[in-house]
Amino acid sequence: MLRRSTTLVAGLAAFAAWLSLGGPAEAQEVKSPTMDAIRARGQLACGIDTGIPGYAFQDASGNWQGLDVSLCRAIADALLGSADKVKYIGTTAKERFSVLASGEIDVLIRDSEYSFIRNTQLNLQEPAVNFFTAQTFMVRKSLNVAHLKDLNGATICLVTGTTLETNIADYNRANNIKINTLLFDRPEEAFAAADSGRCDGYTDDGGSVAAARSTMKKPDDWMFMPETIGGLEPLGPFTRSGDEAWTRFVKWVHYGMLEAEVLGLTKANIDDMKAKAGNDPDLRRFFGMEGDFGKLLGTDNGWSYRVVRDVGNYGEVYDAYFGSKGLGLPRGMNNLYNHGGLQTLPTWH
Amino acid sequence: MVRRPSPRARAAQWLLLLAVGAAFWLLAGMAGANMDRRHTSFGFGFLLDGHANFDIPFHLVSWRVGDTYLWALVVCVLNTLLVSAMAIVAATLLGFLVGIMRLSSNWLVRNIALWFIELVRNTPILVQIIFWYVAVLSTLPSPRLSILLPGGALLNVRGLYLPRLIEAPRAVVLWPLALLLLIAMPFLWRATLRGRPVGARALLLAVLAVALFGGAVSGFDWPALHGFNITGGVQLPPELAALWAGLSIYGAAFIAEIVRAAILSVHKGQREAALSLGLRPRHVLSKIIVPQALRVMIPPLTSQYLNIIKSSSLGAAVAYPELFQIFAGTVLQQSAREVEVMILLMAVFLSISLAGSAFMNWYNRHVALVER
Repeated sequence: MLRRSTTLVAGLAAFAAWLSLGGPAEAQEVKSPTMDAIRARGQLACGIDTGIPGYAFQDASGNWQGLDVSLCRAIADALLGSADKVKYIGTTAKERFSVLASGEIDVLIRDSEYSFIRNTQLNLQEPAVNFFTAQTFMVRKSLNVAHLKDLNGATICLVTGTTLETNIADYNRANNIKINTLLFDRPEEAFAAADSGRCDGYTDDGGSVAAARSTMKKPDDWMFMPETIGGLEPLGPFTRSGDEAWTRFVKWVHYGMLEAEVLGLTKANIDDMKAKAGNDPDLRRFFGMEGDFGKLLGTDNGWSYRVVRDVGNYGEVYDAYFGSKGLGLPRGMNNLYNHGGLQTLPTWH
Repeated sequence: MVRRPSPRARAAQWLLLLAVGAAFWLLAGMAGANMDRRHTSFGFGFLLDGHANFDIPFHLVSWRVGDTYLWALVVCVLNTLLVSAMAIVAATLLGFLVGIMRLSSNWLVRNIALWFIELVRNTPILVQIIFWYVAVLSTLPSPRLSILLPGGALLNVRGLYLPRLIEAPRAVVLWPLALLLLIAMPFLWRATLRGRPVGARALLLAVLAVALFGGAVSGFDWPALHGFNITGGVQLPPELAALWAGLSIYGAAFIAEIVRAAILSVHKGQREAALSLGLRPRHVLSKIIVPQALRVMIPPLTSQYLNIIKSSSLGAAVAYPELFQIFAGTVLQQSAREVEVMILLMAVFLSISLAGSAFMNWYNRHVALVER
């Protein structure tokens, strides 16, 4: 009922717009310097992690894979018509925002946390959360600790240039304990130090810790601590301020992948479902058979279909890299809102 | 007038200087405009205003979470200086040894030195530092299985733990006094007392110094396993050891070649003359060759020392909390002041290097052959 009435309102609004401005075709001309630059270049310049299982890594044949990489591919597919038209630029934790601000990349999708300072002081846009997590600790089972507070006096390895250090300092101060830290430039050496026993544990966001555990000599010797610190860490793509159309585009590509999961569209069944769309209004809108869902974003109406066909829906991507086919991390917070998770989306109208 | 080389050359130099100045001015203007556009300001006030909300795992002076960034800078500079000084001393000693071995008449000794130099000189220093770190970590046992060293020291994968001296209140007076005695000793050694040289009797001062030092020690803080870690004592972390080993060994290979070149630069007539005077080969080296070679090797040695200081920033790879790691990593992230932090880093490294260079130049003038 709700959906129908909003459709009616939207229809009336579109009609009114058509009456006053002479049709939607002329009404909406999306202007975006970033999108123009990407089209001219024929490639999306996507800033990603230099290599971490789950988010962005190279497979045996040298192709980039991962949750973040999939979003790069989906954006390129939606805008340029091919998921392979992406130039991947590896960025370190230290330099990532400078690289984005300098214009070297169009979008930064690098397991980066959304925060107040990044939005305000760094003046970056935070369009959509593609991974909810929280700072998680992984420790050796042989330590026999049950709670984070028991880690008083222990040494934890981590990568510098992140919010992790601040969170540990805050936690120490709040609980009047001392968890020692050992700061590394790159994860590889931090993994080696943890594996050798130099540190009692390793900390990062939940996804990265799962990735770290998979690189240990004996992953089964390690366990995740039940508590997390530093509150919720929403990770997602960053764009520069001043190009709202582009920020919007990135946001709706992510929502498109969520909408596909809500509608039950997968890589495997997308062509069948398109053929069978019939009069189902939700499917017709998603496939761009009606409405201006492409034009209003600055691309063609077939973008959402292409993204699901070439990259998959959000759940499929999660499963491939973090879920059952990947690092074995339960879907948890990253499930859809109607399955007890935090992934929500605006209505597709 | 214009054809004469000197005014023309001078004009060209001024033009070049002007161009460089203009380029810098343009760059600074562009940076300023860009920062304005990104709504960021420029200033070093954050060093005093901001509170460092992070821990520095290894520090020579006291450090608490919440101190100012400026104090963090002091802590990090001291860490950088510590590892640089340790590496310079070790690299010099090892470099001299290998350089002299390289010129030995013994085939085995000569070739060991050759292989050492070629192997070390031709692999990247970062790889070597990480190699030493992984090597250190993978050979040492866990804290529960610490190796007990003579004197109560403990060695494990977390580092070397030495007993810490607990000072009695009187140490405030006695320890500086002991240091003064030690400094005075070499002067007394050379002095004459009632027309006779003091000589070895000056060693009495050293004995006295040790006694004063020991008299102010009220006890020892022994390292012991407590919970997850060793507590008590002084910890020398493996990160420091790995960085020290990496910098020293890499530097030693280059210093060995400098030493060899310097020794070969001494005319062989000097050696022959010394031998024909009946000096032993050991004395030929220490009294004739090395003093003359020293003058040749000081300038290249200076640049090698500067290289070691600058390479200490590679400690970031093995979690040694030196200047580059803490400032270009944590402080940059927490304060979001990229330009300022980078300028600060360059200025600090430049000051350290220039100070080192100035000292070496002074020493060079001191030992340089005075031409008559």
